[in-house]
This record gives sequence, structure tokens and C-alpha cells, in this order.
Amino acid sequence: MTEIIKEWFDRLYADTGLNFSVFRDAFDAQRFLEGVLTTLEMSAICLALSLAIGVLGAAVQGVRFRPLAWLVDAYIQFFRNTPSVIQLYFFFFGLGPLFTSTNEFGQAVPLVSSYTWAVICFSIYAGAFNVEIFRSGIEAISPATVDAAQALGYTRLGTYVHVVLPLALRISFPALSNNMVNLVKLTSVAYAIAVPDILYASSQIWSDSLNVAEIMNVVLFSYVLIVSVFVWGAGLLERRLRVPGMGV
Amino acid sequence: MSTHSVAAPASASDDFIIQCRDVRKSFKGVEVLKGMSLDVRKGDVVCIIGPSGSGKSTFLRCLNGLVPVDGGTVVAAGHAVHDPGVDKLALRRRVGMVFQQYNLFPHRTVLQNVMMAPVHVLRQKRAEVERRARALIRKVRLHGKEDAYPGELSGGQQQRVAIARSLAMNPDVMLFDEVTAALDPETVGEVLVTIKELAAEGMTCILVTHEMGFAREVADCIYFTDGGLIVESGPPAAFFSQPKDPRTRAFLERVL
Amino acid sequence: MTRESPSPRRPAPRPSAGWARGAFLAMALLALLALWHAGASAARPAPAGAPSIAAILWDWTPAILKGFAANVGISLASALFATVLGTFVGIGQLSLHRPVRWLCWLFTHLFRNAPWLVLLFYCMLLLPFQVRVGAWVVPIPDWVKAVAGISIAAAANMSEIVRGAIQSIPTGQWESAASLAFSRTQALWMIVLPQCVKRMLPPWMNLYALIMVSTPLCAIVGVSEIMTVAADILAANARHDLLMPVYLYLLVLFFLYCYPIAVLTRRLERKFAIAG
Repeated sequence: MTEIIKEWFDRLYADTGLNFSVFRDAFDAQRFLEGVLTTLEMSAICLALSLAIGVLGAAVQGVRFRPLAWLVDAYIQFFRNTPSVIQLYFFFFGLGPLFTSTNEFGQAVPLVSSYTWAVICFSIYAGAFNVEIFRSGIEAISPATVDAAQALGYTRLGTYVHVVLPLALRISFPALSNNMVNLVKLTSVAYAIAVPDILYASSQIWSDSLNVAEIMNVVLFSYVLIVSVFVWGAGLLERRLRVPGMGV
Repeated sequence: MSTHSVAAPASASDDFIIQCRDVRKSFKGVEVLKGMSLDVRKGDVVCIIGPSGSGKSTFLRCLNGLVPVDGGTVVAAGHAVHDPGVDKLALRRRVGMVFQQYNLFPHRTVLQNVMMAPVHVLRQKRAEVERRARALIRKVRLHGKEDAYPGELSGGQQQRVAIARSLAMNPDVMLFDEVTAALDPETVGEVLVTIKELAAEGMTCILVTHEMGFAREVADCIYFTDGGLIVESGPPAAFFSQPKDPRTRAFLERVL
Repeated sequence: MTRESPSPRRPAPRPSAGWARGAFLAMALLALLALWHAGASAARPAPAGAPSIAAILWDWTPAILKGFAANVGISLASALFATVLGTFVGIGQLSLHRPVRWLCWLFTHLFRNAPWLVLLFYCMLLLPFQVRVGAWVVPIPDWVKAVAGISIAAAANMSEIVRGAIQSIPTGQWESAASLAFSRTQALWMIVLPQCVKRMLPPWMNLYALIMVSTPLCAIVGVSEIMTVAADILAANARHDLLMPVYLYLLVLFFLYCYPIAVLTRRLERKFAIAG
């Protein structure tokens, strides 16, 4: 299979001079594939983490101790109204040097890799949006439902976990999936700190082989493909989760 | 299903302003209109009554081309509405429509709502249109509300503005689609009075309505629809006192 | 969903008065300041006699503000083009002509599914650096290409906003316009779009904030703006304890610009939700 593809693109190169080296050269192909895997892996981890942050943050916003809720608010407002690339630089260049250990030569060695910082930063960024989304989902649940749950004997925590959360998830799903799609697109910003994702791997390929136009199109196409698959999957999930009679 | 013949008293001189023959319409495979035929003379007031879902509103919308027909012919004010190439804009200048939900333009005042179409569609002079618009607003008894926005008016007032807005185009025929169905009982009266005055001035009116009292009092001819067909028709006196078809009887028993 | 007074077990709704927000805003800045201090002291100590971090930042502030002005300029230009282009593409998505509809749908979904940085790269690397118009050779500066990249990405968002707003206008408006013999174009521009403006305003302001927050990406593709100034500062001083304060400074600057926009957006949203 790969042989056929390679031959086709070799012929294309011979005929037109369009060098899609990603399909022709084994080394380039491997770099690109690793980039794709890195992007997918980053997306998956950030998705999960940001969801967890969202659920936790929304829960904290409902506690009786108001200063804690205000703290969550401050976190949300700060991360929503500042650029994610500067946040990334802040984490990697600003906080990075604080987490070092010394190796046998006495030099400082970073404990946290650029990949990890990227994951942390993007999860926190997307998490801020998720808290807002969950909060409005929770607020859309009528107090009568909560009262009914508590009348049945659920504790506050039990109500949150078994009644409020599942409902809030379904109500806020469209906004949530939109945010998740944005998160997948956001992972490309990790290029700024040299994380080997699709964009970074491709930039290395095109600076080696000088085929910017072709590779750039491959990058665009790959991202659009990945994101489209996510959008389609989210649509499927939304249809399965839909509660008849609720929402639009 | 057999239909009784259309009972409009036929006169040789045909100033039939609306003629429909065997109108058919389906939505998504479901046939809503199964062959309706209707004749309306100039100056007549026609009321179409019937149970929900019998196709009354759809039929009305076929008369001014809002809903294209699948079969049959519709001739309204000299335009062949069933023809896909009909000049819809010319048709709608002759046939006006008032809706159940009034559908006033919320971002414009009452006066602007009434003036908009003649100025922008008919390209008439602003001063002349304004004069006529104010007269119409006075006629529907909303003098003083010219600069109010629709959101500030009651349902009945909004509906009267909607009527004035349609009248501003000087149509030959006015279509009313259940215009009082969304109103409080107190305000229904003021709208019906307006329509009654319009009819008395000689305007051809076709109403889809549930207001039996109004129909009995003002209509020249009543059509009863059921299941996409016109089941029975006739002048109100005969229609209400001696309905011929059992379906008509059943319906009248329910609503009267 | 409307509800009666909140049940006693549920805490009262968060106060919407500006004071509460100002309070946690101050708390937030204080927390950051503390973080900065911790970072400054935990990192390797400054060489003896070196100027304080605050002094350095103060000296560089004019340059930083000039860089920030470049960001604002890029964001305004991008917002302008994105709004115009996006409006037409959004309207085109609802056109009665299938090719127009399909083309606009393609534009919207292609550029919404691509990351903004990738689109920036695309425009940067693949748009020509100069254009021949007749006898003249017009150079296209980098920032123009960056604006093009951001505009295209944002226009796709704008297209969805416009389409959503148009589709949210009740069909009754279209029907009554049609029955008054308005043509479809007249109905769109005179009756439907004016009503859309109000409901498009909050999402549009969100989009502007998004554009503004994306402008630092331009530095990655070589446009000089605030990030390049930051790089200059760090290069000029070569101090490791300067890294965090500098980026914190930039973050606070963006926050001070974008937060009022967010507050205004929320206020507008609430106002329009009530007025309807």
C-alpha cells in the first residue's frame, strides 16, 4: 500500500516538480506521523484534563465559602482574557526554571518537558472555559430537580454526582464540544515551544526539503481532517446524549 | 370523497376575483390539500372554517403564492398563481395578507411599519404615503400611536397595525389567517370591528377563522374544510341552520 | 429557564455588581504579584549592582506599549476585514443559488476547522511578498499577510455568527415581508439584518476578543509586535529572573484590555436577553 502511494507521488514529482516528501521519503513520513501522534495524544490528554478541571471548578463555584468561588472566578477571568501563547511562554520560560534539578555536572536540568508544560497550559486554558460552560449548564437545571433528589435522600455530593452533573453535561454539550474542538486546534500553538506536533514536524521537513507549499497544504489538510473527525464524532455523541424535550 | 358543488350564486358577469380549481399540495409525502375549488367574487366576504389540520391556512397561503401548489389552478386578481413563473411581487401588490402572529417589524415604529412597503416596494412619494398611512392608522382607531414601537402595543393593537400595513398597499383582496386566534377575548372584538368596516366598504376578504358569530353576521359565503377538501359551502343562513354533510354537522355541534 | 427564589440550600446567585468583580480582580492581581516575587527571589539571584526588575520594566514600558499598539492595530484591521467578509459569506450560506451556498459553506467549514496558527503560517509563507500591478511592483509587508491570515480565520467564525442570527429571526418576519411584496433581497437587508445586529453584538464582541488574544501568534511568523519587544528586553538584559516578570507584564497588559470588553459583552448579553 505504502509502495503504491510512494510511486504515485514519485511520478507526480517527476512530472510536475511537486515534492510531497511526506509520502515519498521514509524519514519525512516518520517525522510527520510522529507529529500526528503527538498532536492526537496532546489533544486527548488536554481534553480529559480540561474536562476534569471544568467539573471541579464548577463544583467549587457552588460552595458556600464565597472567597473560594471568587478565586475560581479570578482564575477563569485571567485565563480567558489573556493570550494562550503568552501563557505558554510564562509557564515554560517563567515557571520552568523553578522546577529544575542538578545533574552530575552541576548544571540545572529542567524537570518538566516542553510537552508537559504545553499540556498543563492548554488544559488550564480550556478548563477555564469549561467551568463557565458547566456553570451555565448547572444553572439551567431547575431547583425543583435538586430538591427532588435531596428529598430522596441524596447528600449534596451525591446530588451533584448523580443528578446535577449528568444533566448539566447534556445541556451544555453543544458549547462543550465546541470548546473541545477549539482545544484540538489550540495544540498547534505548542509549536512556539518546539513541541514536535504536526506543525513543528512539518516546519522541520520543509526547511530540509524546501517544499514549503506542498507540505503547508498537507498540514492544512491534516488538521482540517482531524478536526472534522472530532466535529463529526461530537455530533454523533450529541445525538446520543440528547434528552427529549430539553434544550433546542 | 365527493364534494358538494361550490355554491357561490353564479352570475353570468364574472367578476370572480379569485378562482381555484382542484388545488393540491403535499408536504414531505403527506397530502395536505387534496383538491380544493373555490370562487370568490369581487366584494365578497368569504369565511373558511374547519377543524385544525384540515388545510385551511395552507390553502390561504397558496392564494398569494407563499406556498407553491403541486396541482390545480389558482387565479387571483388576474395572476395565474399556480404558474411557477408568475410575478409574485405584482401578485402580492394586489393580494394582501394578515397573519395570526401579526409579524410587525419590531425595529420600526407603527407609522414606519405602515409606510415601509409603499415607499420601498411601490416606490411612491414619501409625503403622499405618509398622508395615507396616517389616515389608515386613524381608520383602525390607533390615532396617537404612530410613533410607538410594536413591543409597546397590545395584541389587538398590533393586529390592527398589521391590517393597516397591508391596506397601505391598496390591495384588491385581503387574506386573513386566523387573525384573532392569538388575542385575548377582550381585544378580539376591536379587530373584528375593523374587518367588518373593511368589508362594508367593499373590500374582498377571505378569512380563515374560528369566530362563528362573525362569520354568520358578515360572510357572504362560508366554506367548510375537512381533511384537505372543501366538504360543504353556502351562504351563512343556510349553512348554519341546515348543514347538509354529517361532518359539517359534527363540527358545528362541537364549536357552537 | 425561569425560576422562583433560590432554595435556601443553594447559595445566592453571584452578585453582578462591579464591586465584587473588582474585588476578585484585585485578589487575582495580588496573587500574581506574590507569584512574581516568589519567582524573582527563587531564581538565581541578580548580579550585584544590577537595576531592579521593576526599574527595567519601567524603562522598557514605552517600547512595550508601542508593541502593544501594533497588536491592537492588527486586531482592529483583522476585525474589520473579518466582519465584512464574514457577513457576506454568512449571508451566502443561505443563498438560494446552490453554487453560492456550497462555496460559502466550504469556506466556513474549511477555515473554521483549521487552527489559526496554521492559517497564519499558510498566508505568511504562501502569499507573495510582492505583487506586480501593471508597471508597479507593490511590496506586501509581513503584517498585511498576518492580517490576511487572521481575517480569514475570523471571517469563518463571523459567517457562522451571521448565519445563526439570520436563522433565529422568526419565519413570520420573512412571510409578512413577502406578503407585502418585498423581494427576498429587500426583506434581508431592510427587515431581517437590522434585527440581527442586536443579537449578533455579544458574539461579535467575543470574536473581537478572540482576535485580539490571537495577535501574539503573529510574532511566531515574524511580525514585530509585543512579543518581539519582550524578546528584545530579555536579550538586552540576559537575566534569568526577568523571564517571569516580563511575561507576567504582558499578560496583565492583555488582561487590562480584554477584561473590560468581556464585562461589556456580558452586560450587553443580559440587556438584550431581557429586552428580547
